Amino acid sequence: MAEPMGFYTDTTVCIGCKACEVACKEWNQLPSTNGGQNTLSGDSYDNTRALDGIHWRHVKFVEQFTDDRKDGRWLLMSDVCKHCVNAPCLEVCPTGAIVRTEFDSVVIQSDACNGCRDCISACPFGVIEINPVSGTAQKCTLCYDRLQSGMEPACSKACPTQSIQFGTIRELRGRAQKRVDQLQQMGEKRAYLYGADDKMLGGLNSFYLLVDKPEVYGLPPDPKMPTRNLKMGSWFSALGAIVVGLMGVISLRNRGASAQEGRP
Amino acid sequence: MNTPLSSTFFSAPPDWGWLVVFYFFVGGLAGGSYFLAVLIDFFGRAEDRPLARLGYYISFPCIILSGILLTLDLRRPERFWHMLFQSNTFRPMFKYYSPMSIGSWALLIFGIFSLIAFLSALAEADRLKWPAARSLRPPAMLGGILSVLGGLLGFFVAGYTGVLLSVTNRPIWSDTPLLGMLFVVSAASISASLMLLLAERSGWKMPGVRALHRMDAWVVALEFIVLIALMISLGPVFRAWLNAWGVLLLVGVILIGMLAPLALYWRNLNATAAAVLVLIGGFILRLVIVFSAQGV
Repeated sequence: MAEPMGFYTDTTVCIGCKACEVACKEWNQLPSTNGGQNTLSGDSYDNTRALDGIHWRHVKFVEQFTDDRKDGRWLLMSDVCKHCVNAPCLEVCPTGAIVRTEFDSVVIQSDACNGCRDCISACPFGVIEINPVSGTAQKCTLCYDRLQSGMEPACSKACPTQSIQFGTIRELRGRAQKRVDQLQQMGEKRAYLYGADDKMLGGLNSFYLLVDKPEVYGLPPDPKMPTRNLKMGSWFSALGAIVVGLMGVISLRNRGASAQEGRP
Repeated sequence: MNTPLSSTFFSAPPDWGWLVVFYFFVGGLAGGSYFLAVLIDFFGRAEDRPLARLGYYISFPCIILSGILLTLDLRRPERFWHMLFQSNTFRPMFKYYSPMSIGSWALLIFGIFSLIAFLSALAEADRLKWPAARSLRPPAMLGGILSVLGGLLGFFVAGYTGVLLSVTNRPIWSDTPLLGMLFVVSAASISASLMLLLAERSGWKMPGVRALHRMDAWVVALEFIVLIALMISLGPVFRAWLNAWGVLLLVGVILIGMLAPLALYWRNLNATAAAVLVLIGGFILRLVIVFSAQGV
């Protein structure tokens, strides 16, 4: 296996140009409009609104302004699949369509997916959606085809401010930590890394430098694996079955004490 | 932005809708009716055998309908078999830790058991001229073994759907481990109710009918307790039900589907009405659980 590869996104230098969104759509041949319908949000420069089957990159525009709008700031963040080391979508996928590649990225094989949508509900980040063209679940592939040819993903290649950086996870983590230290020294005490260590889902192969709480960026503070409920859920179900069975036996026995002899 | 109730609120809804609600209902009936039929076969009287056969008559059509509903719900229905076999190698596809994967196999295998029971019940009632099929059902040895295995599978089919919802990252579904248990108990209550209604239509008065009435009352009471426990287990996420869905749960499930039938059973009033209400409540329960977690 090649060394794990991924993205480090420094949100403090994102300018919201959406070049990454466009580059992603061009390379991956995703439709520019949703069935011919151009939708405008009407209250933001963000008209994409969320990641889905035809938006594998999404630049979030978080506006933090005072009521009189005299003071405020924009928080911009280019969102993408996190390519989790312990990936919830991959865990639940019943067809085996979701696989881990030699680059440690997570890819949905469109020809195997049958559109059951279990992965959509499993992803703690809301990354996956059905692509209406293919009828299958789709998301960022970390440009698997480009990586196999020794190229970097389209989005990071297009990013003009190096907000999206591509590389080996080991190298990116070092680079990101240096940037956090630099920001801290400059007085930006809120700077920290989201998902850069293996505490969150074993590590996010696409991790972020943020300057506010995760939920401000629409990121879960504490994402978990779906199978956390598997054991307890199964035991309780079995318990339910046993109790119901006993109720049935007692009910039937009371009404027919001589059932055994009476049977033909 | 306020602190979120749970990290599950950042996931996206899978758009599981009416087909899934109907599947949860008929899948529960398929598994529950088979299980009740097995119980009656083993612990009922000789004159209860038509009641057991009724359970098998319900189970098989319901499991067929389940498969159809699930296939239609796929965005690529022609690829339904990818759940069972890898599409490129044709090797079996199975993940013991993915409820949807186990469930797909359980549906297939239970479907076979259900078909066997269906045919043997028809043979026993002389509606099918195949005397050998009678040995595929108790008290024959082979029939006994098939019944026990099928009954266990039936409960699995009834309960795995709840576990499947818990093994996601959606609010409510994945914030409690009790959904599987609730669905298992509810499958028993709706199945008993449907069997009672059909038995009544045929004018049956065998002791098994009375036993089933009593059992239904007990199971509905248990279901009520499990639902309350589930609400408590949600913790702060319970607030996600403080809306129209919560009202529907309170009125449609707890009042109409549980407390009203319990009162009717308790006072020996209109048992037919009670059974109808349990069925309505069981449907609304699945409706609320499926839809309420996707609107938040």
